[in-house]
Formats: sequence, C-alpha cells, structure tokens
Amino acid sequence: MTDDVVPVMQIGDTLLVALQGDLDDTTVIRIEEQLTREVSQTSATGMLIDVSRLSVVDSFIARVLARIVAMVRLLGAQAAVVGIQPAVAITLVELGVPMGHLDTALNAEQGLALLRRLRRGDTGTD
Amino acid sequence: MPTETGREPAVFDMVDESDLIRVRKVLRTEAEATGLNLVDTTKLITAGSELARNILNYATGGRGRIRIEQVYHQGRRGVRATFADDGPGIEDIDQAMTDGFSTRGSMGLGLPGARRLVDDLTLTSAAGSGTTVVIVKWQR
Ligand SMILES: Nc1ncnc2c1ncn2[C@@H]1O[C@H](COP(=O)(O)OP(=O)(O)OP(=O)(O)O)[C@@H](O)[C@H]1O
Ligand SMILES: [Mg+2]
Repeated sequence: MTDDVVPVMQIGDTLLVALQGDLDDTTVIRIEEQLTREVSQTSATGMLIDVSRLSVVDSFIARVLARIVAMVRLLGAQAAVVGIQPAVAITLVELGVPMGHLDTALNAEQGLALLRRLRRGDTGTD
Repeated sequence: MPTETGREPAVFDMVDESDLIRVRKVLRTEAEATGLNLVDTTKLITAGSELARNILNYATGGRGRIRIEQVYHQGRRGVRATFADDGPGIEDIDQAMTDGFSTRGSMGLGLPGARRLVDDLTLTSAAGSGTTVVIVKWQR
C-alpha cells in the first residue's frame, strides 16, 4: 500500500505536511507510514507537521504525532508540530497527554526557524 | 430531562471505527446548537472520542450504543452523551478512573482525562454486565 494519504510539500530540505479534516484511526496510521517513507526516501533534514486545521486532537492522534516526531528524529532529521489550535492545546493539557517534549511552533514560518535552530543543535529560544 | 426544542436525541450503534467520526460529528452539531463555546465544544468532542474508542477497544466485538442529546437544568443548557456497551465491564472502577491505569499497556488517560474535560462523568459497570458512561457539558 503506497497510496499517499496527505500532500507533502518540499521547501528546500524541509518537508511540510498539513493535516486536515476529521481523521479516523486508519487514516492516521497511514499518514504515519507515508511520512516515514517520505523522510527516508528524500534528502529532507526536517519536517513540519501543520495541525492548524485539526479542530480535534484526541489521545490517539496525539500519540501518533509524537511517534512521527520520534521516528523522524531516529532517521536523523528534525521535526516539529506547528499551529496547534488554542482550544486543542487547552484540551490536550487537561486530558493529560504529555506533549511537553514535542517541539512546537505557532506557525510554519516560526517552525522553519525552529528547525534551523534544532539542526544547529541550539536548544535555546530566540 | 425535557428536550424543550423538540430536538430528537441522536441514537445510534457503535460498530466500527467510522462511528468514532460520527460520534465526534454529532457531538459538534449538538454542542454548537446548544451554544457551547469553542473550548468547551472541543473538550466535549475529545472526551466523547476517548469513550467511544474505549468501546471499540474493550467491548465485545467493539460494539456499543451511543445517545447524544441536549439537556436543560435550572435554566442552563448542556449536552449529554451516553456510551453503553454489553462488554466485559470494569471490575475496579476507582482503579480504571486513575491516571495511568490501563489493562492494555496504553496511557490510561481516557477515563480520567474525559472526567477532567466535562462537567460530570458517571460510570456504571460491573464485571460481566457491560459499561455505561454518561458525560455532561454545560453551557457557561
Ligand atoms: N467500555 C469498557 N469496557 C470494559 N473495560 C473498559 C471500558 N473502558 C475502559 N475500560 C478499562 O478501563 C481501563 C482504563 O481506561 P482508559 O480509557 O482510562 O485507559 P486506556 O484505554 O487503557 O488507555 P488510553 O485511553 O490512554 O489509550 C482500560 O484499560 C480498560 O481495562
Ligand atoms: Mg481509553
């Protein structure tokens, strides 16, 4: 099964993925598989996952997002989740999903800056 | 409780993963019709998604029954959602409601997390006789 589930854009050496719609579990897993393929088959050194159009992120989706970020790092690239809606962020904190270890940014532009810092191994903030 | 708008409750069976999306969609429709704000709507949908997934994961055949309706109490409007199944039930409810407790090596935050996200969560269950979880979110 190699069908692409989400469109992936490449900007320089960064892959940009925008998730949208109400995602069922199977779709979420297929997205994870697709992104793993994309990172390993391209020379990308970073990935931004834009979740600004997801109006609900439950514990399952959050867990897979964290897994995708960990997988990208394992493949030697950097990944960040960008654009979490405020209502979703509040909900995830109250639900108790640990997202603190995830690198996040407000939007794609700040996400690109964050990836640049991560590639340099700079963990401080601007 | 009366449904004064004459809106019929949404009642449907949960049979597979696609019903998870249906649960979230109906909860959004009812939350918006009730006038819940965006954060409360998001919390309600997320709590419902956790409870519906528990039915898929733990109930016999992943099957259950969902009921979603508007409710009124002392002049306030809210949304009530009921998640019922005839599965194996929960032996120790206090334990199941504890953060981090899971019988399948998961994060164990579905039930305690859902309780934090809504105004009221009632869990009725006994080993061998199914599980019913009722959540309510009130308009502010
Ligand atoms: N409908 C149900 N029928 C039978 N057992 C249930 C049901 N819902 C929950 N449980 C039991 O309660 C435990 C705790 O549920 P909870 O949703 O909090 O965590 P989880 O499903 O194990 O993990 P997570 O939701 O974080 O992925 C489950 O592991 C399961 O043993
Ligand atoms: Mg659960």
